[in-house]
Amino acid sequence: MARIGVFVCHCGTNISATVDVKKVAEIAKGFPGVKFTTDYRYMCSEPGQDLIQKMVKEHNLTRIVVAACSPSLHEKTFRTCTQNAGLNPYFFEMANIREQCSWVHDDREEATLKAIDIVKLAAAKVGKNNPLQTTFIPVEKRVLIIGGGISGIQAAIDVAFNGFETVIVEREPSIGGRMAMFDKTFPTLDCAACILTPKMVEVNQSDLIKLYTYSEVEEVSGYVGNFKVKIRRKARLVDENKCNGCGTCWQRCPVRLPSEFDMNLGKRKAIYVPFPQAVPNVPVIDQEHCLYINKKKCGICKKVCPFEAIDYEQKDEVIEEKFGAIIVATGFTMFDHSIYGEYGYGKYKNVTTGLHFERMLNSSGPTGGKIVRPSDGKEAKKVVFIQCVGSRDEARGMPYCSRLCCMYTAKQALLLKEHNPEAEAYVFYIDIRAAGKNYEEFVERVQDEYGATYLRGRVSKIFQRNGRLMVRGCDTLSGTQIEIDADLVVLATALIARPDAIKLAQMLHIPYDQNRLFTEAHPKLAPVETVTTGVFLTGACQSPKDIPDTVATASAASVKACGLLSHEKLPIDPQIARVDVEICSGCLACQEVCPFGAIEKEEIVDRVTQQKRWVAKIAPSLCNGCGACNTACRPGAIDLDGFTEEQIFGQIESLTADKGDER
Amino acid sequence: MKDNRSIKERDLGSKPAREKVKIAAFLCKWCSYAGADLAGGSRKKYPPNVIVIRTPCSARTNPLFVWKSLEKGLDGVLVSGCHPGECHYSEGNYHTRRNFAVFRKLLEYIGIEPERFHMSWVSAAEGDKWAEVVKDVVKVVESAGPNTYFSKKKEDNG
Repeated sequence: MARIGVFVCHCGTNISATVDVKKVAEIAKGFPGVKFTTDYRYMCSEPGQDLIQKMVKEHNLTRIVVAACSPSLHEKTFRTCTQNAGLNPYFFEMANIREQCSWVHDDREEATLKAIDIVKLAAAKVGKNNPLQTTFIPVEKRVLIIGGGISGIQAAIDVAFNGFETVIVEREPSIGGRMAMFDKTFPTLDCAACILTPKMVEVNQSDLIKLYTYSEVEEVSGYVGNFKVKIRRKARLVDENKCNGCGTCWQRCPVRLPSEFDMNLGKRKAIYVPFPQAVPNVPVIDQEHCLYINKKKCGICKKVCPFEAIDYEQKDEVIEEKFGAIIVATGFTMFDHSIYGEYGYGKYKNVTTGLHFERMLNSSGPTGGKIVRPSDGKEAKKVVFIQCVGSRDEARGMPYCSRLCCMYTAKQALLLKEHNPEAEAYVFYIDIRAAGKNYEEFVERVQDEYGATYLRGRVSKIFQRNGRLMVRGCDTLSGTQIEIDADLVVLATALIARPDAIKLAQMLHIPYDQNRLFTEAHPKLAPVETVTTGVFLTGACQSPKDIPDTVATASAASVKACGLLSHEKLPIDPQIARVDVEICSGCLACQEVCPFGAIEKEEIVDRVTQQKRWVAKIAPSLCNGCGACNTACRPGAIDLDGFTEEQIFGQIESLTADKGDER
Repeated sequence: MKDNRSIKERDLGSKPAREKVKIAAFLCKWCSYAGADLAGGSRKKYPPNVIVIRTPCSARTNPLFVWKSLEKGLDGVLVSGCHPGECHYSEGNYHTRRNFAVFRKLLEYIGIEPERFHMSWVSAAEGDKWAEVVKDVVKVVESAGPNTYFSKKKEDNG
């Protein structure tokens, strides 16, 4: 018979303010199997844990219940404590009387009664816990990084520095991501390319970093330490090993198309590298527009290539590789402002976005660094910037603040003035959010030194009058309505999750929030981890981040990944399903519902009949312990350690024990 | 008026068991349980009638658990998991949805008030929603009153 000890935590006054902890401890003495109960101010503190260990010895306890906070916070702490007390770590249950009791109820009596019930549940369960042994699995010492923007690049460099092999999978033909598109970075006005390209080159030259550009992750299976990943390497139609990036092919290609990298402001060819500093400096052929692929005409690139690198017959290739950890660095995309009628539904050519403007500022960009009106190419002198387009707009856009728009708008206003001191910059804003090192000072400078006009208010309408854009808005500080005839309007559109973020999340079994941004394991204490062990987050795929924050999370994620990889073996959660072959009828309904392919059929010789028959067999390393098979099992042959039928039925009965007596 | 006496003074022992309805909630640990934790973290208030039983996934919640809860005299049961498509185990809650669609019919067939059984999808980010779900469920179960279906049956048979 289990000898249960119940330890009730005050959590300062977090619990004790609404729950009478002494009463809970007193009543818990009467629960079946409970031999000792007490309360303490902070159970998770060192003296608290010492108390548990001491009482285990003193009262010969074999099972522990701690009534405190949520198991997601301290289950691990107390498991270790239980183990240190000389017991199996799974001889422990947590009763959550803080998050799900004291914090959500006001009435002290009601809350105490509920806390008693919660402790009763835990006590009923803990008595039936099985001793579980942690098993270990080997670790594949490689890291997969999905996304080759600044966050993926930084993560790869950091992982390689720690001596582990990494693979970057990038969808575009070159790494570099969004940062490669920027002109200068706030608040120091470093040229983005000057600080990014050395890193890109470092990635390319490192022996430990492998680049799969123009590739996508297609399937992820396995688990921490042993992820199996299928990567589709899209047909470039150019042999990466032969090409040296001389550029003869794209100079001679006759097809001219809008360049995605230049936000369609400039042109590219059908065979192209997205930008001059591309890594790898190997072009791709745009199969949709190539004349040879579509009409069997032209073929110039193949003729002129001195290295015979062009291969029209190349096909997509799917490769499978193994990784120990995965870092997700897929970044963001821009909000589409064409839903906003007041900004012209995206139909005015001279209403652009920050990213368009960024390309115009860039001296190697499509306009050679000139700020022009896209409609006629004439210099733009009067520029209106509108902030919070799609951000902080619960009704039509995103409820959150995109965090960097205030800063990049200020930077763009400054650069506009630097490019043309005669130019005028107007900024419509709701609030200025410049929380960062030297950020506030920067925004002040843009207003004071560069004379950008900041107007607090929204723009109600943009319309055309005599061929010019009229921006009508209000200045709430002076209480006046304003009309500005602008050459160019630049919208600071929200940063949002990529449209296929959900697909990737499902592949990796990581959760995402209502805005499709990936969710970290804990918003404060595990900001780069996910609930799937071995999968880490960095950069703007998690929430909008500026470059310093992105680089910081990239380094953090790589440290976490390297930490995993530095182990020869990793423990796996023993709370998984098991089959009682005596009961199993071999129907394999469980196999149908298992999302992890962890169940296979096995031939055994029946103990009684001495005949061969099939039964279900669970692969412990693949089972994640979801329990879907338990419910699907018709004869009840499968059970889930940690959440056994006996335990849950026991919990239900304990909860209704007093109810039954009553009637 | 708020009663400021300590519990000891009021002596819980002599008080008859709660007349209020008692509801068991089976929550998956990834979404709904975390959502309930978030409700706590954001101090959202809701009625104390719901006692949570934690499961790894809503798919672990065998319809028999719900049956047992009602049979043993609980007044209502709530099963909650991640939103469809957002299951931590990728597809567990689809199984849950199907299992309980059938199970609900069984309850109706047997004659147990449909007000006693509830399902919801609450994500880890939806603390507010959890509080609302609890309020709604308690209200609906209260409208059905105490669950005497099985105790009456016993009396009839005995």
